[in-house]
Amino acid sequence: MDQDTRVTPAAEPDVPVIDVKKLNFYYGNSQALYNLNLTFPRRQVTALIGPSGCGKSTFLRCLNRMNDLVDGTRVEGEILLGGTDINGPAMDVIELRRRVGMVFQKSNPFPKSIYENVIYGLRSAGVKDKAALGEAVERSLKGAALWDEVKDRLQESALGMSGGQQQRLCIARAIAVNPEVILMDEPCSALDPKSTARVEELIGELRQDYTIIIVTHNMQQAARVSDYTAFLYEGLLVEHGATKKIFMKPKNKQTEDYITGRFG
Amino acid sequence: MKKYWREGEPMVWATGAAMALTLMIAATLIVVILVNGLGVFWPKNLTLATLDDGSRVLGEITQRKPAASGEGMRLQFKIGNRDLYGLDFRWIDEANIVKREEPAAALTLERKEYGNFYGMLTSVSGPNLSGTDLPALERLLERVKEEAEQARNLDKEMAALNRDVAKLEQHRQKLTHQGDEKNAEDVAAIDRRLQELRAGFDRIMADQAAAAAELRGYTATFVAADGREKTLQAFDIVRYYPPNALGAFAKSWVYLDKVKELFVGEPREANTEGGLFPAIFGTVMLIFLMSLFSFPLGVLAAVYLKEYAKDGPLVRMVRIAVNNLAGIPSIVYGIFGLGFFVYGLGSGLDQLLFPERLPTPTFGTGGILWASLTLALLTVPVVIVATEEALGAIPSGIREGSLALGSTKFQTLVRILLPMASPGIMTGLILAMARAAGEVAPLMITGVVKLAPTLPLDGTFPFLHLDRKFMHLGFHIYDIAFQSPNVEAALPMVYVTTLLLVLIVLMMSSLAIYLRNKMKKRYTYGTF
Repeated sequence: MDQDTRVTPAAEPDVPVIDVKKLNFYYGNSQALYNLNLTFPRRQVTALIGPSGCGKSTFLRCLNRMNDLVDGTRVEGEILLGGTDINGPAMDVIELRRRVGMVFQKSNPFPKSIYENVIYGLRSAGVKDKAALGEAVERSLKGAALWDEVKDRLQESALGMSGGQQQRLCIARAIAVNPEVILMDEPCSALDPKSTARVEELIGELRQDYTIIIVTHNMQQAARVSDYTAFLYEGLLVEHGATKKIFMKPKNKQTEDYITGRFG
Repeated sequence: MKKYWREGEPMVWATGAAMALTLMIAATLIVVILVNGLGVFWPKNLTLATLDDGSRVLGEITQRKPAASGEGMRLQFKIGNRDLYGLDFRWIDEANIVKREEPAAALTLERKEYGNFYGMLTSVSGPNLSGTDLPALERLLERVKEEAEQARNLDKEMAALNRDVAKLEQHRQKLTHQGDEKNAEDVAAIDRRLQELRAGFDRIMADQAAAAAELRGYTATFVAADGREKTLQAFDIVRYYPPNALGAFAKSWVYLDKVKELFVGEPREANTEGGLFPAIFGTVMLIFLMSLFSFPLGVLAAVYLKEYAKDGPLVRMVRIAVNNLAGIPSIVYGIFGLGFFVYGLGSGLDQLLFPERLPTPTFGTGGILWASLTLALLTVPVVIVATEEALGAIPSGIREGSLALGSTKFQTLVRILLPMASPGIMTGLILAMARAAGEVAPLMITGVVKLAPTLPLDGTFPFLHLDRKFMHLGFHIYDIAFQSPNVEAALPMVYVTTLLLVLIVLMMSSLAIYLRNKMKKRYTYGTF
């Protein structure tokens, strides 16, 4: 579908897809994020870590403007997606959410068939061509490593799947609309170790095509799946850099304490 | 002892007792209605009692109670024959009865007027027809049926003629109301046509009189228990049967025949006998129309409140107000309906659309449209509350999931939220329908009548007559139980009507529950 609107992938991975500049975020009168400056390189996985309540999820939800749904929130600063400010007048929020997909902590398949779940975003975008839809379903389910398990029961309810399958269906649903970025908000926190391993494996495959930003509480997971890691504490960006560097030689004392499990 | 209280044993008993009590009350009500309602049409045997003063009484025994003197029992006989005795019922002390028998020849006659007649057949007479036995009576009634068919055709012709005349007269009224000179010619043409039609009246009326005279020629003579003879016109006999001579199977046939009459027949004898078809039709149509108005209105209002309105003190106030609307006495809604719909909107419509008929109101008087709108107003809070709750019960993850895929709020609402909320919305509609079906007070001032000559839906253009008054089972109960001149004779009909109303509510609710369960299977989250 939106092939044309998609920015042609640049050759070098260090060109940022999302560039966050001086981001402040408020819930009513209380500030949740303080002056964040951060870039997300193309086709790389960035993990956001930090103790509960540090603003990871809030930050993630700023990136596709899900916070618009919460009354009394306010954003200051710039978030540039391919050079366009997503809060600016040049960006339509519907368009933004098609370019920046999201997978939630709790899997949330719609009470429809597997097929209908996958093409939901395309239908909303007005795609009606049956062949294109069928092709998108196969591509997305294959992309989410779910095709072999469900190809014979596409018309069955998505609610009959296991928890791990449901979460992978949500990933398939997100990639069906061809986003540039996929946001993942603790996608494995409700899954058993086996399903977690599958999703992590999947993230490794998806990074070839998509830029992924993942929030996680699991240090090992962050170390396993991500190329870059950002550590947030009480709304501040404490440290940001290549995952190896952060985990091996953290510059900051707080970061070291957190990843070694001394607090948080 | 302390432990006993602490562990909440008394609470268990109290809750159980409360449950049992409510169940018992409901069950008693249902059983009373069922027992009395279902038994009404069963043909009861006729008892011929000879009293100690030599007089004889024939009738159905309806009650047995201790005698007024304090000794022995007394019996209540339904003696019928209102035209002979003036009373339908008579109490007789058992002590005064010398002999009791159930003669096989005793007949129960249901008549169009004066209620039942109990007696024996003496003779039958009509053109080329006579006899003294039941087969002769049967032949007589067959013949009358054929003749009556012809008379009915004449009636139909008359009705059609009446309709034409009324239409022309209305048109004429409209033309003269406009007061335009150019219309004078048209008016004259209409007058000529009316004259022709009115000539037709006389012809049909003469035919009708002849047919009636012929019908009057068919008679049957019966003798009552006291020996008095009564000659009845065969046309007046609705049904006859010798209950004492019938077995259970034959009685079942009579029973079924009467039940059929109940569902398809028209009421007679001030509604205390005959069928209930117009009332059943009116009730169902009223509930249907009510749902048609209140369902979309309630759902849309709830969607606005829940999905679009920004939560704040104003929305909270509106919500409290909506909840309280459900608690306003229904008669208040009735008065509002009368003032706003009937006198306000109705009169306005009349002036706008039917000025030539004024001062005779068309919409400016009670009718099924205004009654159903009033009921819709009364039930809309129920639908709003149920819809809001159903929408609120959808996990927020589902909403966010849909929006995160680039769907608009509207797409989310139509494709996800409303289907998922539909079982809850249906529950609201069921509650609304049940409430509407039970309301009588607001109807009494917005368009219900004791006897409606025409249905609000029929074969004459424009088929749906929303301005017409209608009959309703709930009002029917009130009317025959408390407003009829012969309450005791009407009592069986009260039970039957009540049973029917309960059944209709049950049936409409069952349909809605079936639909809800079907939707639930498809849309509810996590019940697979």
